[in-house]
Amino acid sequence: MAWSRDDMARRAAQELKDGFYVNLGIGIPTLVANHIPEGVDVTLQSENGMLGMGPFPYPDEVDADLINAGKQTITELRRSSYFNSADSFAMIRGGHIDLSILGAMEVSENGDIANWMIPGKMVKGMGGAMDLVAGVKRCLVTMDHTNRAGASKFLKSCTLPLTGQNCIAMVITDLGVFEREPGRKFRVSELAPDVTLDEVKAKTEADLNWE
Amino acid sequence: MSNKVYKTAAAALEGLTFDGMSVMAGGFGLCGIPENLIAALRDSGAQNITAISNNAGVDGFGLGLLLETRQIKKMVSSYVGENKEFERQYLAGELDLEFNPQGTLAERIRAGGAGIPGFYTKTGVGTVIAEGKPTREFDGESYIMETGLTCDVALVKAWRGDTQGNLQFKKTARNFNPMMATAGKVTVVEVDELVEVGSFDPNYIHTPGIFVQRIVEAECEKRIEKITTRERA
Repeated sequence: MAWSRDDMARRAAQELKDGFYVNLGIGIPTLVANHIPEGVDVTLQSENGMLGMGPFPYPDEVDADLINAGKQTITELRRSSYFNSADSFAMIRGGHIDLSILGAMEVSENGDIANWMIPGKMVKGMGGAMDLVAGVKRCLVTMDHTNRAGASKFLKSCTLPLTGQNCIAMVITDLGVFEREPGRKFRVSELAPDVTLDEVKAKTEADLNWE
Repeated sequence: MSNKVYKTAAAALEGLTFDGMSVMAGGFGLCGIPENLIAALRDSGAQNITAISNNAGVDGFGLGLLLETRQIKKMVSSYVGENKEFERQYLAGELDLEFNPQGTLAERIRAGGAGIPGFYTKTGVGTVIAEGKPTREFDGESYIMETGLTCDVALVKAWRGDTQGNLQFKKTARNFNPMMATAGKVTVVEVDELVEVGSFDPNYIHTPGIFVQRIVEAECEKRIEKITTRERA
């Protein structure tokens, strides 16, 4: 059985190490916060200007001046700090964040990622995604293995405008976990329960190391 | 002592607005936007505005107000996903749009305000963002050149300010506001609370008053885009 969104988030959470500063993207990556392993202490960064993101507020605690990068109301923790956007991106671009978990529309076999625009159709913008993939020490993608039409999102090369080149070290999909060392091909390091290698091969356009 | 204090947002913009002007507006989403100054800018009737702001507001609020009235000619932003009218005008070719990665936008404004005309960054290398920009190698890695940004009028939202323009920001409403305060030929600030000089401990001033030319106290609606809460156990 393929992994659910929550399963993918739980698997991604295993990549968190004690003491990490982590930036979580919108969608499945946001769910990772619900699965931080016992005994692992991480500090979540929100690129709109906060370190130490707390949980959603109780209804009587909602503060319009306290939101996360997904524009949701949140709370602060004892460790929290606030800062301006230039300082926030100094953390990101200066290589001070340990791990970034992002969603993607496409990932290519050489670690390129596309997740910010569909020409002529969707105009949203890259927000902080280009800065994250260029500056964070390790970038990990969670995404469905195929799109709604059943076509592979794990490609030989991205068809959409790139967010970054050669920057993704790990991809977690509903079918499994794929990892690569710099300059190497992705290899299958884990399969979701009851998913076969043949099924993954059939649903993957990218040339992976299948051994 | 020069007087920086104005009674209304409209008075604070008096004499500063003109057709073809460039404006920066602070805020991330609807958090920390100078909502009264944006409404006053709309009422000024200035046309063909270039607006530099991380986002474009939402339909009917924030910079969305100036999109509705077609006063904006060009937006410089990192993310505009929450505004349908924006998407419609852009796809119809009625609006110019320059996407900047968020960190690049923040740094361009910081640099502009600090008198730095350009800088190199890794962000955007190998993407459409790099097209037409000079590149240079440092220690074997490729970087693209980005330019500093300034503007005719910076519209800033702060939590508290004193009559000399010293500012404190609140929580994540700080975002782009401190950099924009440095990058305006004229910087106009709206605050929740205007206090007398000497009210702040100088150790805890986020933006010194040198960057602020005009200040106005104004009540804000502070609309929230996504109210998310949890239940009490």
